[in-house]
Amino acid sequence: MTFRERLQQWRYNLIPDHVIGEILQKRWTDNAIPFLALVIVVAGFGTAIPGFFNPGSLQDSTRQLGEFSLVVIGLTVVMLGGGIDLSVGSIFALATFASVACFFLFNLPVWVAFLAALATGGLFGAANGYLIGYLRLRAFITTLVTFIIGRAVYDILVVNFGSAVQLSDAMSDVWDFVGDGTFLGLSVALLSAIVLAVITHVVLTRARMGWHVQAVGGSRRSAHNAGIKVRRTVFLTYVFSGLCSGAAGFLIATRLSGAGPGTGLGLEILALTAAVVGGNSLGGGRGSIVKGIMGAIIVLVMTNGLIRLGYGTGTNQMVLGILLAVAVTIDIRWLKNRHKVLNEVYVAPVYLKMGETQSAAPGSGTQYELNNRLSQADAIGLGELEGPEDVILDRDDNLYCGTRHGEIVRFFAPDYKRSEVFAHVGGFPLGLAFDRDGNLLSCVGAMGLYRITPDREVTRLSAETRRSLTSIQDDARLRDPNDLDIAPDGKVYFTDSTKRYDAHDWTLDSIENRATGRLLVYDPATGKTTTLLDGYRYTNGVTLAHDNKSVLFCESWACRIHRYWLDGPKAGTAECLIRDMPGYPDNINRASDGTYWMAWLGMRTPSFDLSLRHPGMRKRMARRLPQDEWLFPNINTGGVVKFNDRGEILQTYGDLSGQSHPMVTSMREHKGYLYIGGILNNRIGRYRIEGADPAWDANTAYWGKRA
Amino acid sequence: MDLSRHLRGLNQARIVVAITVLIFVIASVALPGFLTPDNLIAIIRSVSVLGILALGMAIVIIGRGIDLSMVAVMAMSVAWYLQLLNNGWGDHAALALALAGVLAIGLVNGFLVAYADVPAIFVTLATGSFTFGFVRSQLIAQDAVTVPGDHWIIGLGKARPADVPADIYIFLILAFAAFLFLRFTKWGRYVYYAGDNPLAARNAGMPVRPMLVLRYVLSALSAFIAGLLTASSLQSINTRVVNSNLLYDIVLVAVIGGIGLSGGKGGVRNVLIGAALIGILLNVMTILDIPQLEQNLIKSTILLVAILIDGLLNPRDEQTAQQGDI
Repeated sequence: MTFRERLQQWRYNLIPDHVIGEILQKRWTDNAIPFLALVIVVAGFGTAIPGFFNPGSLQDSTRQLGEFSLVVIGLTVVMLGGGIDLSVGSIFALATFASVACFFLFNLPVWVAFLAALATGGLFGAANGYLIGYLRLRAFITTLVTFIIGRAVYDILVVNFGSAVQLSDAMSDVWDFVGDGTFLGLSVALLSAIVLAVITHVVLTRARMGWHVQAVGGSRRSAHNAGIKVRRTVFLTYVFSGLCSGAAGFLIATRLSGAGPGTGLGLEILALTAAVVGGNSLGGGRGSIVKGIMGAIIVLVMTNGLIRLGYGTGTNQMVLGILLAVAVTIDIRWLKNRHKVLNEVYVAPVYLKMGETQSAAPGSGTQYELNNRLSQADAIGLGELEGPEDVILDRDDNLYCGTRHGEIVRFFAPDYKRSEVFAHVGGFPLGLAFDRDGNLLSCVGAMGLYRITPDREVTRLSAETRRSLTSIQDDARLRDPNDLDIAPDGKVYFTDSTKRYDAHDWTLDSIENRATGRLLVYDPATGKTTTLLDGYRYTNGVTLAHDNKSVLFCESWACRIHRYWLDGPKAGTAECLIRDMPGYPDNINRASDGTYWMAWLGMRTPSFDLSLRHPGMRKRMARRLPQDEWLFPNINTGGVVKFNDRGEILQTYGDLSGQSHPMVTSMREHKGYLYIGGILNNRIGRYRIEGADPAWDANTAYWGKRA
Repeated sequence: MDLSRHLRGLNQARIVVAITVLIFVIASVALPGFLTPDNLIAIIRSVSVLGILALGMAIVIIGRGIDLSMVAVMAMSVAWYLQLLNNGWGDHAALALALAGVLAIGLVNGFLVAYADVPAIFVTLATGSFTFGFVRSQLIAQDAVTVPGDHWIIGLGKARPADVPADIYIFLILAFAAFLFLRFTKWGRYVYYAGDNPLAARNAGMPVRPMLVLRYVLSALSAFIAGLLTASSLQSINTRVVNSNLLYDIVLVAVIGGIGLSGGKGGVRNVLIGAALIGILLNVMTILDIPQLEQNLIKSTILLVAILIDGLLNPRDEQTAQQGDI
């Protein structure tokens, strides 16, 4: 190995590039940037302003933060529903005035003042909601107008009644407590903000109403077509925002005991900036209360900090403007380009030097030499089938296969001309196996391990295993269950080919070549699934050895067959049985004469083998070229190979014409015939095997004679 | 049948014209001193600045955008210009600098909207806030900046060719120029196509993005001109105007005249209609001695009615409405 190649190996196999893509896929990365900004802002201003973290100063700031957060929470909900509420400042001011008037002018109790503030907010919000939700006016311009109207009304009220409020001598301990007191060291404003944030978060993420809001914001049209009452949902978001601003108005009324011309001025821009800086998406669908709160803290610390640092008039607006522009731009660009970035960085190829192999070319004289026998196979279901990855026969000789439409199709014996949809499972049914009771078990791509009873009842047996400790992506989920076999004790041994890609993206996994395939076992007694082996390059076919003492499984991208010992001195360990084959192995099944059939889904090529030693080249290829110009494993030629327990190759069957069975993913021997499936094929092949036991039925071989 | 056909012909512009005429007639009869040449000129003069701003806004709105930074650009660019003059800069250098600043804001607006795909309302809200904050905190000393004694801007305010104030001429000239631009130039037609259906315009090969930038530059320039006229009549510029309702008046003039906010509709005629209604309304309210605060309330209520009617005449369709279009 040259030094350059060793460097490549270190670079691509030791540095976990794939982690970047997996982290980017996480939804919480949306929060990373605002959180970072939050830390920087708090740390920056905390050090720049002396006494920033003093309890007294902090108490003041958090009181203000509580009020502001209430407004931002309301606005966040509106934005999540796809709208915007610019009138929060006016609502806030009017609610402040309502409670101040109730308390100071009319000498009413505090709870009446509180209700008055809420009612003001709720009514104002309802007006907004009616106009935007039911009359479907444009949110921005409508709330802009109601903002001006509200402000005008407030200004008139303040001019006429402001001095009367100041002259009033109304007093109340409750009023003072809400405004100045603390409970468990926390101000009422902060407490109410925390309570509201928790409740709103739970409702948004766990309750029907919240889901409706997110659905409407995510796609208004789809929500409408799905039967969600879009207009009512939108209406309610504005009412909620109004109530939030109303509550905040009450709080500031108690704190300042008055309402002046400056109350709530510019609040809408502050709140909007906070919501957007926190990472809530404009136009809805993406965002959370946590983001809103983070944004609120950032904006408040920043604006207050600038004032306390003594910067003059206008600095605040300047900073807010920059903040808003930068946040919105980042938000839009991030939303637009996130999937592109993901596409570019997700495929992270590793280095692999494949071992030297023998040729399979016709006339090469090796044990792997391919022939043209499979081209003589009869076609079953030609043109009706799409993607019979695996095929299997029951005791009555009926033929079953999965299709890419998520169905299990049954062809009736003896001529296999008639067919029916046996069951609809969904996903992409891949590996198939019959158990002792005649239930059909299937590894369904993208879904899990399923059981279909003879009465066509579909049950999920397993969709997850234990999550590994170092996983970033949730690898408990079975992403690509591929093939299975059942032991005499009923345990189901099956493979999950990759943790990194969904079933239909198996070609991407071949390019990346990262070893993330697993061998798993499902125990019907406990219903639990356990991971037996991890870290293979695309685990694929599985079969139990004839003596039931070991499981044979293949590792497709490494072109190897492994044996996992269930019994004997090596129980629980795996060893390699066949290595460096010239083809990529797929399913493995038993043959009638005590040997095994193995399908080859494709053939190794010198060019792809070479590319495996150049991960940088594959990375560039995945980034820069369109997918149909990528260098893939060759799947235009495959075949069937027979081997025995010692790993010796006995026979090969190929289709050199490439017409009937170019890519073989499965084969099943039944009563002297070989039934051949291919995941990209449009038929099942039926090939008469010379010298095979014409009475051999796998069901009998596994489970004995019919009871 | 007949009625429905009439109703269909009854678009917003015609309603507004009818209302305007109605108010005009009533005011002429009921209000002494309304129907005099001096008062009529005062009406036009009172809306000429607003009208110029609305022309710029109209071009942006027709192209399916909105420019909320206009008032900030108007006040702050002129304030900076005057501050530079007061600081002893030469007129040409100061004007060039101020103009460069105006162009820069227009370009930034246009670039962020066109190339970064950020919604116009947020871009212009942000740049407006930034412009005010930056100029106020970094470039000028007080809220109000006066025009230096013998400057041509003062001459502009005093000029009355044919006994009509100069700003009326400027407003009418600009309106005519905007009319020619929108109606008879290729770039003007692009405004409509892009406003009607930006994707189709782009697919048809129009330079949609550069045209977008152009529109924001035009609106910034119109804001600068309006600012100069304001300074010429008041002999100073007060930057507090940014916090006033002027911005909403601009939108009011454009929207009430019948320029749909969804773009592609309307023209200079609609700006004139909207300006006429607002001018007459303001004048009547002033003659009636209604206080400023109540005037704001009345204006905003009218704006609400206008967008309500706009919304009822052009309702949103759940199936074709654009996602994220707020």
